[in-house]
Amino acid sequence: MGTFIQLVVDGLSTGSIYAALALAIVLVNQATGLINFAQGGMAVLSAYIAYAFLGLGVPLPLAILVAVVASFLLGALAERFLVRRFERGDPDTAVVVTIGLLTLVTGISALLWGYNNLGFPSLFPLTSVEILGAVVSVRSLATTVTIVLIMVVLQLLFLRTKLGLALRAVADNPGSAAFSGLPVGRLLMVGWGLAATLGAIAGVLVAPQLTLTPGMLDTALVYALAAVILGGLSSPIGCVVAASAIGVLENLVAVYVPLIGHDLKIAVPFVLIFVILILRPQGLFGRKVVVRV
Amino acid sequence: MTLLELVDVTASYGPVQVIDGVSLSVPEGGSVGILGANGAGKTTTLRAISGTVRTGGRITFEGRDIRGLRPDQVAALGIAHVPEGRGTLGQLSVRENLMVGAYLRKGRKAIADDVDYCLELFPQLRDRVGSRAAALSGGEQQMLAVGRAFMAKPKLLLLDEASLGLAPSTAKTVYDAIRRLRRESGIAMLVVEQNANLAFSLVDTATVLETGRNVLTGTSAELKGMDEIRRAYLGG
Ligand SMILES: Nc1ncnc2c1ncn2[C@@H]1O[C@H](COP(=O)(O)OP(=O)(O)O)[C@@H](O)[C@H]1O
Ligand SMILES: [Mg+2]
Repeated sequence: MGTFIQLVVDGLSTGSIYAALALAIVLVNQATGLINFAQGGMAVLSAYIAYAFLGLGVPLPLAILVAVVASFLLGALAERFLVRRFERGDPDTAVVVTIGLLTLVTGISALLWGYNNLGFPSLFPLTSVEILGAVVSVRSLATTVTIVLIMVVLQLLFLRTKLGLALRAVADNPGSAAFSGLPVGRLLMVGWGLAATLGAIAGVLVAPQLTLTPGMLDTALVYALAAVILGGLSSPIGCVVAASAIGVLENLVAVYVPLIGHDLKIAVPFVLIFVILILRPQGLFGRKVVVRV
Repeated sequence: MTLLELVDVTASYGPVQVIDGVSLSVPEGGSVGILGANGAGKTTTLRAISGTVRTGGRITFEGRDIRGLRPDQVAALGIAHVPEGRGTLGQLSVRENLMVGAYLRKGRKAIADDVDYCLELFPQLRDRVGSRAAALSGGEQQMLAVGRAFMAKPKLLLLDEASLGLAPSTAKTVYDAIRRLRRESGIAMLVVEQNANLAFSLVDTATVLETGRNVLTGTSAELKGMDEIRRAYLGG
């Protein structure tokens, strides 16, 4: 029982990292209609920015704050100067552009900081507490709680604020939204900026565990995309639930299904996706898109 | 007082100029029609005003040159465009669509009152306030598009073929509501409409376009039944 709970709690903690990235992807999608494949790479760059300020002797919370603000700006600028010209065009082109952006930011990280694993300090204490016989690290718990809080804030932002309504309106139909006076370009920049901010938080939360490398979040991005598909692109809560489920499931399967083990556990989310997409194509929590003319 | 004035306006999509010299004016509180066959340039003329097509010539609104402004800037001046095809925000609820219309406004109470007014104007929308716009019928979507434009409290409404694709009785319901809106709010209107009866029920004067130029302008009374009008509607 102890091992089981341990596995579940660890799974929730890694799941919360996938969740943070998934939330950033959902945010960009809600605000721009695109899937940003560079979300993970951008988050890593954010963590490197925090790392650079740490190196200058800036205290950790402040370094993270600087990275978060810088990430908002980088996200907004990436939208304005790279993605903007492709947004209105072919969606397939835009996908290729965000993949190109992934290569670009990963390259920048590697160029500036190299490929060596760099240690990154944790924001939360490394002590443990005992829950139902399982030893749970405070860091895991705090990470999970942080992500859940962010999810709640995001959900409120989208559904209860004027900015959220405007972001969704622009994602739905930018041309038509402009007829109501919405500054479409600025809102797209805000959407990307907020997503990059979220990514930055994910980056600095996970860096202590994974150690900082340019490809640190590559695998996490795959899981995050799986969570987005499972949870539904329109649902922050759905993504967090799906990401947690993936985190827990991959842990359990790796231990309890010897055939799969740690080497094949990355297959878990894909099998899930396959099953869910057949049963419920809009995702577990997503809304079916109905178009009538 | 003239609210909107177009002088020798041209517009092009890429290298192709599709209107070449349209002039018209809308007085404050007035209602002006743009008539003409398919492809005459009616929609493009409205797009030239709302800043969604590349434009030459002179366009003034309240005496101010607005040519070259972005669509959101034009909207902020008090021009609400109900585009051809309605442009409702499909994944947003009816209420949210109306709230998007009020994006530039302040004052919760006044906005809430205007939402109520919209639902009174279009009672069909009342039961659907929580539904996504994409799930509405074509007529309901058109009503929502007009309601959303009204929510901006504009000085001028650009209305593009509000009857397109609707059953005659639905089209009539929509136009009845728009006439009531005009009477009660005094919003000026520039109306593109293929159905002559509907058009003349709403406008005081109208101009007829043929291949991107005005060929005729007059009051509704003068224009009704003229050969050019019939020609315009039968497409030449
Ligand atoms: N987006 C576009 N790109 C290129 N040509 C267009 C576009 N929209 C309209 N046109 C052309 O411009 C001309 C005028 O069209 P339009 O203004 O839509 O006419 P109307 O609304 O009177 O039917 C037509 O010849 C049409 O084919
Ligand atoms: Mg047209």
